[in-house]
Amino acid sequence: MGKTMIEKIIEAHVGYQVHPGEIVITPVDLIYAHDWSGPLTIARFHEMGFTTVRHPEKVAFFLDHSSPSSSREIATLHNLLRDFAREHECRLFDVGEGVCHVLVAEYLARPGDVIIGADSHTCMAGAFGAFATGMGATDVAVALALGQTWIKVPGTIAVNVHGRLPHGVYAKDLILSVIGRLGADGAEYKCLEFIGEGVESLPMEERLVLTNMAVEAGAKCGLIPTDEETRRALEERGRGETFQPLRSDPDAVYDAVIEIEANSLEPMVALPHRVDNVRPISHPECQDVRIDQVYIGSCTNGRFEDLKVAAEILRGRRIAPGTRLIVTPGSREVYRRALQTGLLEIFIEAGGLINSPGCGACPGSHVGILGDGERCLSSTNRNFQGRMGNPQALIYLASPATCAASALEGKITDPRRYL
Amino acid sequence: MLLRGRAWTFGENISTDLIVPGRYAHLRGDLPELAKHTLEDVRPEFAARVQPGDLLIAGRNLGCGSSREHAVLVLIYLGVSAVVAPSIARIFFRNCINSGLPAIEVETAGIEDGDEIEVNLQTCVLVDRSRGIHRRFSPFPPIIRAILREGGLVPYMKKYGKFLEEDL
Repeated sequence: MGKTMIEKIIEAHVGYQVHPGEIVITPVDLIYAHDWSGPLTIARFHEMGFTTVRHPEKVAFFLDHSSPSSSREIATLHNLLRDFAREHECRLFDVGEGVCHVLVAEYLARPGDVIIGADSHTCMAGAFGAFATGMGATDVAVALALGQTWIKVPGTIAVNVHGRLPHGVYAKDLILSVIGRLGADGAEYKCLEFIGEGVESLPMEERLVLTNMAVEAGAKCGLIPTDEETRRALEERGRGETFQPLRSDPDAVYDAVIEIEANSLEPMVALPHRVDNVRPISHPECQDVRIDQVYIGSCTNGRFEDLKVAAEILRGRRIAPGTRLIVTPGSREVYRRALQTGLLEIFIEAGGLINSPGCGACPGSHVGILGDGERCLSSTNRNFQGRMGNPQALIYLASPATCAASALEGKITDPRRYL
Repeated sequence: MLLRGRAWTFGENISTDLIVPGRYAHLRGDLPELAKHTLEDVRPEFAARVQPGDLLIAGRNLGCGSSREHAVLVLIYLGVSAVVAPSIARIFFRNCINSGLPAIEVETAGIEDGDEIEVNLQTCVLVDRSRGIHRRFSPFPPIIRAILREGGLVPYMKKYGKFLEEDL
């Protein structure tokens, strides 16, 4: 019987055959935490009596959630992480470097890796063919000390996308559609593997959107088979030698297969307060929805191509009076490229504002908290009540293109009329 | 181990953002202060009125979203003895176990707010004494039983310094 991709990755680490449901202890290739999860991770590390980080070269800390610091308390926690990273010779990405997952994709993720991060969207690195999964601070603290963790081998749900995505429809629309079909816990404990022409034809930047949001269907991880595009993306980021071919065997057994016809998709919107509350943009509930704030950024959709698509829609135009536009580059590299190619000027001329690279308004700590009763259209991954800092606000999720078009009209707008 | 307390009932998809809102991230170093805001957007009275031993009883997909472990720490601080839901999001589930808080996946329909609940972790039975409901749940795998036996992953690691083969 054939093996799924996730089984192959785990077997290569533990050195014996595994099956879904089995619990194994696996070595970990990359371990990370950020400014919200890192302080507890470090506290747990010490409480457990550990003094040494097993493989400091495999560990990274990121100051991204409240970046730059939003308060005295957060500033103190930032220093705690800086001190620990220095003392234990771990890598530190300080404020302004960007969102942890975006930086992991740019610099660290390799096909076949086992990656654990103290953040739920760690699963994004699965687009490179890595088994990447989010855990809590205590699990990550153990991995710091032992270089290993325990996991249950997941079964796999395949998402098979037939045909290519139509013009004006993006990976964000595809994954929202998948989450709408599966439900917020439809892939609980499973690996979501994205296959088919509609995935193979996507550039790495778009593939990352699919694996990023796997957790919004409850999945333990998202995976995409490696191919020439994976190799290209790795080479572009200076680690082409880490490429390895990885895919499920043709006779591998999936728990389920979700079939999607790409040409049946249109721009999608997730309505408050659930990510699986998804409607096509032509739906009556998406008409005449006034928007107070548009947010473009995050690990999901804060990459250069996301900003470029949005800027092309905004070029030479002004956003609607009464609507704010906040743009947050996902990393310093995204920021630099957007600056050099004139994208930032387009956003500013259109009436938008630029935040420093990081999580920005997404987790609701600062730089873009919503007012009571306000509606925000966001390129992020969660629209939970209270997510962006105010339980009285309403958050809608969509692609960067839909966000840009909606900023122009001050209401939820189909981007295809601007493309 | 027998757990006894009143039920505090919640709906589906109670996210960790709802348990510990991001707007209180600056209080993460101050658990007593942070705990005052537990679940305040859903049931503002919860933090002030929950009693030691009470159980959090929810609909499916409990603890979805962010990996923030403080969502577990505030519940333990307030004295919650177990969380119970038909399905529990996996990161939150692991976080509960790692902090020694039993996380039980079992049907919760029919349990009403304030009901007297008993959970026996040995026999894997939940009883709603107020309504005469008896429900069985699946036993935990050995590694989880071992972590709970020691009171969480911190005491486990303090004692053994590694994962024991026999606990797998």
